[in-house]
Amino acid sequence: MQQYETVVILTPLLSEEAVKEAIAKFTKLLKDSGAEIIQEDNWGLKKLAYPIQKKTTGYYHLTEFKAPGDVINKLELELKRDERIMRFLTVSLDKHATVYNERKRGGAFNKKKPVVQETAEPVKAVKEAAE
Amino acid sequence: MAKEQIQYVTAPKVEDNRKKYCRFRKNGIKYIDYKDANFLLKFINDQGKVLPRRLTGTSLKFQRKVAQAVKRARHIGLLPYVTDSLK
Repeated sequence: MQQYETVVILTPLLSEEAVKEAIAKFTKLLKDSGAEIIQEDNWGLKKLAYPIQKKTTGYYHLTEFKAPGDVINKLELELKRDERIMRFLTVSLDKHATVYNERKRGGAFNKKKPVVQETAEPVKAVKEAAE
Repeated sequence: MAKEQIQYVTAPKVEDNRKKYCRFRKNGIKYIDYKDANFLLKFINDQGKVLPRRLTGTSLKFQRKVAQAVKRARHIGLLPYVTDSLK
């Protein structure tokens, strides 16, 4: 069993319920084929960096799951066939990624750690210079 | 006579003593999240191209991971493939 995560972008033309229904379809498919859902995260309607299928926004949804490898082919085929899905990306997670995701879920950092450290250092330096 | 002026054929190099370092090695970051577009902005220029290692100081191991993360972020529409005004 390998751990994966899938990001799907749905068309902005759907209503909230339709989005939920579409997501439910794929989580059901995953569960039926023996996958274990670890986490689901709905990012909501987001602006795209560039138009996809002539649309400038999309509903983002992230699913993290554990599954045997042959499930991925099945899932991606279904995603490809579904017209509501504009784009999807499935990534297999290595051990560092799973640790990172667990910490993120636990709320260990709202902002990423290095950002805080990077900004903290120059401020200190400025203070020392001022003294 | 007038003071002797030193003239250089080429401009003298101003030494920058700050050594570049790999921020991932230094801070012990092992995974680069492709979903965090704001973080990845540090590694691309205003055209959306990945910055070379000689500018960011990233080690080779993590440069590969940065590049992979940027490509993934582009695919899911978090970063643009081509642009002129990213920053």
